[in-house]
Amino acid sequence: MEALLSLFVRSIFIENMALAFFLGMCTFLAISKKVQAAIGLGIAVTVVLAITVPVNNLIYHYLLADGALAWAGLPDMDLSFLGLLSYIGVIAAIVQIMEMFLDKFMPALYNALGVFLPLITVNCAILGAALFMVERDYGFAESVVFGVGSGLGWALAVIALAGIREKLKYSDVPDGLQGLGITFITAGLMAMGFMSFGGIDI
Amino acid sequence: MQAIKETLTGPIFKNNPIALQILGVCSALAVTSSMKVTLVMCVALTLVTAFSGMFISIIRAHIPSSIRIIVQMVIIASLVIVVDQFLKAYAFGISKQLSVFVGLIITNCIVMGRAEAFAMKNPPMASFVDGLGNGLGYSVVLISVAFVREVLGSGKLMGFEVLPLVTDGGWYVPNGLLLLPPSAFFLIGGFIWVLRSVRKDQVEATEFKLASHATVKEGT
Repeated sequence: MEALLSLFVRSIFIENMALAFFLGMCTFLAISKKVQAAIGLGIAVTVVLAITVPVNNLIYHYLLADGALAWAGLPDMDLSFLGLLSYIGVIAAIVQIMEMFLDKFMPALYNALGVFLPLITVNCAILGAALFMVERDYGFAESVVFGVGSGLGWALAVIALAGIREKLKYSDVPDGLQGLGITFITAGLMAMGFMSFGGIDI
Repeated sequence: MQAIKETLTGPIFKNNPIALQILGVCSALAVTSSMKVTLVMCVALTLVTAFSGMFISIIRAHIPSSIRIIVQMVIIASLVIVVDQFLKAYAFGISKQLSVFVGLIITNCIVMGRAEAFAMKNPPMASFVDGLGNGLGYSVVLISVAFVREVLGSGKLMGFEVLPLVTDGGWYVPNGLLLLPPSAFFLIGGFIWVLRSVRKDQVEATEFKLASHATVKEGT
C-alpha cells in the first residue's frame, strides 16, 4: 500500500509526464491558451491513461511477454517485439470506443471533450506511459496507480501552464519570442519549479 | 527538379517543423543531453518519416478515409519496430539510453503530420523527399540544442573532451543546469527567438496591444 502511495505521488509530481519527461508536448503547447480547454483536455488524458495503461499491462503480461503464452500451450513464444504495434492499436481502439460511448450516453461530456479525443491517440504521453510501464515491469495494481497518477500530473501541468499563458498575453514580450517562444521559456521555468519536488519520498 | 529541391530545403529553416509548426517537440527536449544519442535519434526519425511518407503515398488511393489514421499508424509502427530491433541488435547501449523514445517516434507528430498533410496527396517520390526534408529540419534544431547542452554542460562533444574540466585539472566549470530537463526548454525558446529575429514573417501577432504610457496632464 505504502509503495503504491509513493508511486502515485512520484508519478504526479517528481516524474511528471509533461515537465520531467516532456511527453505530450505538442498538445501541451498547442492547447494551453485557455484554462477551460486545458481542463477538458486534462480530464480526457487522465481518463484515457487510467484505462489504457492497465489494459496494455494485461496484454503485455498475458500475450506478449517472454513465455506469456504458456496458458495457450506455447511456452517458448516471445512476442515482445510486437509491443509497439499492439500498444498503439489498443490506444487507438480505446479512444475510438470511448468517443462512441460518450457520444451515446454522455452527450454533454462528449461535446466538452469532443475535439480533444482524436488528438489523444497521438499524444505521446499515452504511449509513453504504456512503454514506461513495460520498461519498469509494473504489476497490475501498480499500473493502475501509475496510469491515474501520471494522467493527473499531466493535467496539473497543462492547466497551470494555461493559467500562466492567460495572464501572459497582457505582457510586453519581445517580437521574436511572441507566442511559441515565450511559452517554451515559461514551461522551462515551470519544469524547474517541479524539480524542487525531487527529494520527496513517502 | 526545382520543386523537389524546394520540398527538401523548405522545412529546414523556412517552415521548420519544431520552431514553426510545433510538431515533434517531445523527443526534441528529452534526448538532447548528449550528442551521440541525438544523432542516432535524428537518423532514426528522418528515415521513419521519409519511408512512411513513401509507403503511405504508394497506397494512398486505396485507403478508405474513415480508417486512414489506423492504417498510417500501422505503417509507421512497423517501421519503428524495425528501427527499434535494429538498434537493440547493433547499438544496445544507445538503445538503452534512448529507452522509450525510440518507440515514441510512432506518436511523434512530425511523422503523423507529414503523412496526413503531404503523403496522402502527393506521389511517392515527392513524399519521400518531403519526409527527408522535415527530418532534416528536426535534426537541425536537435543537433544545435544538443551541441550547446553537451559542450557547456559536461565539457565534451561526442564523448571527447573539448573544454578541460576543473575536476580534471582544467579551467572550465561545467554548468550543471544544462544537463537538466528545463534547459532544453530555454534553448529551444532561444532558438525560436533567433530564427524569428532573422525571419520576421514568422513572428506571431500579439493578441493585445500595450497602450503607451499614460501621461499626467498639467494641472490635474
